[in-house]
Parts: sequence; C-alpha cells; structure tokens
Amino acid sequence: MLSIDALSKTYADGVVALDELSLRVGDGEIVALVGGSGCGKTTLLRLIAGLDRASAGQIRLDDQTINGPSANVGVIFQEPRLFPWLTIEDNVAFGLNQLSAFEREGLVANALTRVGLSGHGGRWPRELSGGQQQRAAIARALITRPRLLIMDEPFSALDPTTRASLHRHLLSLWDESRPTMLLVTHDVEEAVTLADRIIVMQPNPGRVFETFPNLLARPRVRLGSGFETLSRQILTSLDQSLKPGMPKAAPAGTADAAWW
Amino acid sequence: MSLLASETDNAAVPRLAAGKPGLSIGWIAGFALPVMVAALWEGAVSAGLANGRLLPPPSRIGATLWELARSGELATHAAATLWRVAAGFALGAVVGTVLGALSGASELLRRLMDPTLQALRAIPSIAWVPLFILWLGIFEASKVALIAVGVFFPVYLGVAAALAGIDRKIIEVGRVFRLGRVAMIRRVTLPAILPAWVTALRTGLGLGFMFVVAAEFMGASEGLGYLLVDGQQLGRPDRILAAIIAFAVLGKLADGLLVFVTRPLLSWQDVSRNRM
Repeated sequence: MLSIDALSKTYADGVVALDELSLRVGDGEIVALVGGSGCGKTTLLRLIAGLDRASAGQIRLDDQTINGPSANVGVIFQEPRLFPWLTIEDNVAFGLNQLSAFEREGLVANALTRVGLSGHGGRWPRELSGGQQQRAAIARALITRPRLLIMDEPFSALDPTTRASLHRHLLSLWDESRPTMLLVTHDVEEAVTLADRIIVMQPNPGRVFETFPNLLARPRVRLGSGFETLSRQILTSLDQSLKPGMPKAAPAGTADAAWW
Repeated sequence: MSLLASETDNAAVPRLAAGKPGLSIGWIAGFALPVMVAALWEGAVSAGLANGRLLPPPSRIGATLWELARSGELATHAAATLWRVAAGFALGAVVGTVLGALSGASELLRRLMDPTLQALRAIPSIAWVPLFILWLGIFEASKVALIAVGVFFPVYLGVAAALAGIDRKIIEVGRVFRLGRVAMIRRVTLPAILPAWVTALRTGLGLGFMFVVAAEFMGASEGLGYLLVDGQQLGRPDRILAAIIAFAVLGKLADGLLVFVTRPLLSWQDVSRNRM
C-alpha cells in the first residue's frame, strides 16, 4: 500500500505546492489524479518518485519510507525520455544492468513483444513514432516489475487513437502483475477509463478536493451512461475545485454525495 | 501475439537511408566554382592577358607541388607540421576536456576557473609567441604549446557548455534508475555530451592548423609554415600557394580522419550520417 501522510511541499520561492496532503492507494489499485494547473499533481508524483524532497510529511510504500528513487517505484513521464544514443532494446534494458546479458535479452524480447515493438529493438528512438516511443518507455518502466508505477500525463502528447490503444495496452499489462498505479492526467475520460478511483485536487495550495470511486466494469465504454455520468460528476467537481474559497477536501470515498 | 497488432501508430517512421554520402551532385557542385576560377585564370595567363607573376596559374602551382613532392621536401615539411599539430592537439584536447568537464560539472569550479580562462581566451595567439619562446625555447616545445593553446579553448568551452546544458529530464531518468555518480557519468553524461565534444574537437583541430602557421613562423627550419616564409623570402608565390594547398589538404584529411574515427560513436544522431 502507498501511504501519504500530511505531505507538504514549499518551494524555495515560497510557493506552497502541496499542503498536508494525505492519501492511501491500495495494492493493485489504479488511482487517477485530476485537477487544474498548480494543484500539485506533478509535484506529488515527483515526491513519490524520490526526485524531490518533501518539506514535511511522509511517503511510505508498504513499510518502507520513500526518501529517494526506489527500485519499487517505476516512473513514466509525459515524454518518453528515451536515451537517443541507445537502441530501443538497450533503452528498455536500462534498469537491468545487474542481470546477465542472456537474462536481459530474454526479458527485453518479451517486454518488446508485450508492448507491440517486437522487431523494433535494434532501432534508434528517433526512428519510432511518438506512440511507439511511449510504449518503449512503458516497457522500460515495467520490465523491472515495480510495485508502484507512477505516470505523469503519459499519453497527453499522443493522438486519440494511439492514446486509446495505449489505454487498452496499459490495462492489459497491469492485469498481468497488478502493480499499484498512480496516474496524473488532465483528461477526465482517460481517468474514468483507467482508474479505480479518481481524485480531484484543488490548487493553491494543492490538496485533495474530492474522491470518486469508479465501479464501472472493464472494459469501459465511453458512450455508456455510467461513464458519461461519472465523467460529468468529475468535471463538475473540477469546476468547483477551481473556484476561490472552496472548502478543503471532502473525505475520501464521497462520490455518492457529489454534485450530480 | 502483440497486444497492439492492429494499432494505427505501428507504422514506424521510415528507417533512414544508411548509405554513404557518395558522389552527389551537391558534392561535385562544391568543386565547380574553384575549378572554374582556376581554369579562367590559367586561360588568361596562357593567352597573355596576365603575367601570373604574383598569382601563378594552376599549372605552375601544380608543377611546384610536384617538384616539392618528387624531391621529398613536401613530405618532410608536411610531416613536421603534422607532428606539431598532433602533439598540440593531443595536449590541448586533453587539458581542455578535463578542465571543461570540471567547469561544467561543478558550479564552484566554474566560478573559480571560467573568468580567468575567458580572459586568457581573448588574448591574440601571436601575443603568446614571445612568452613561449622565453619559457620553452625556440624549438618544438614552444610551437606545440602555442598550438595546444589554440586547441584548448574551443574544447574547454564545448565540453563545459555541453555538460551545463544536458537535459535535466534525461538526468532524471538516470536518477529514477538509481544510477550512482560513476554510472551516471558513464551511462548518461558522457553519451549526452559526445556530439558537442566531437564538434569541439573538430573546431579545436581547425584552430590547431591555424596556430601551427603562427608557430612555424617563429624560427622553424621545416614545416609548411616555414615553406610559406621561404616562398615569401625567395619571391616564389608558387611555393606559397603550394604550401597553402598542402595546408588545406592536410587540414581536410585530418578533419576527415577525426570524423571517421568518431562516426561509430555518433551513429545514433540524425545529422552525423550525412552531414559531417
């Protein structure tokens, strides 16, 4: 379980990005964070990834406190961030340095097949499309089998068709080993498609505003009434969260008492 | 079977042609202007429209080059020049790389070193000559030192700027994978700065060939720079032009060798394949 307790982050310029944020994400759960600009979504992910240090509070994954990058935490960024001087297979194998070449080859071949890049391993990143590069980044993050996968708007730069296919793909990969996933997105439909729980955050400073459990069965059809209703509830909550003077977060799991 | 077999983004960006640059029209076109000018000048001198005393026609320069080559004089001078450039380049490149790396990696060291080095960079190369002769004597050491100074600055600046400009996002990926300091340098930093380092080395090599002329003006008894001075003192513009052509050929060959040696390291780049 990912446990975040009273997490605060104040930058050197005095900007309070997060203010006593607390959150629990269960094992194998997919949680989406949505919110307007400046609500601290990316800051939160960077703290969980160990790329920044919190000003106060604690992050724990199971019983371990996260103070820096951890082997148990995989990260998928908004951009693929592949190393341009490495082939796709070397990029995917980047985190497997401790394994023998034989073991690496087997794992990488399997991972590339799983992300639909079989036969592309010898190519340079620049020779792949944006969607293919992001798939390679997903393979790189998942190949080490992290217990927690955090994703910072990983599909935002992709066209809708590619994004939809990557959603299906990500869920399929998740289904294999059920890592805990924390996803930041601006796309409410993406959040409803992927997540078991959607957390709306409010800005200045970043706090949890409202939480929506998503009980829709997978695969989720965007034209379904349940999908539409939940999306509208979240959009309304987002609107409310951006209004100045809104009260601090409602407790988690209050979707039934939402605006609709 | 792949989960994404039917995806629309499966079509990869077409693999770029890996062929050699070859004899393209553009490559040949580069020779058109000088060949045309040379032919016109040759024709003008042959027709008696110009005497070609101060600017000899290509045929006379060619004959001089052939004579210098046949007598072994050209090889002797070229070898002396190449040795000096090689020694100065090696020295300047190593020191430039080390100091550039220190300056680029550490803000404190950059603040300590950079202002002084930038001030030294502004000194004209020829101003070093008397000092180097006093310090190192008239023979090889002072010449190599002068060339090394010329090579040092572009390499230092190139490496320092490349290190300071490495994409933070790439470094973060290394951090996510918990790379230690040495592993980060080996697996991320060095490959990231490699293109800029090669460019800096090429610039440094070009300056090395410029500085060797100044170095060989200061009391050399052999070298292409000496051949230039010799041609001037003998009133032989054909020898001067032959030496200039030899400089151009050697400089281009040295640069080509550097590109050839480093190309495998940069094969991932779009530009290295066809444009270097």
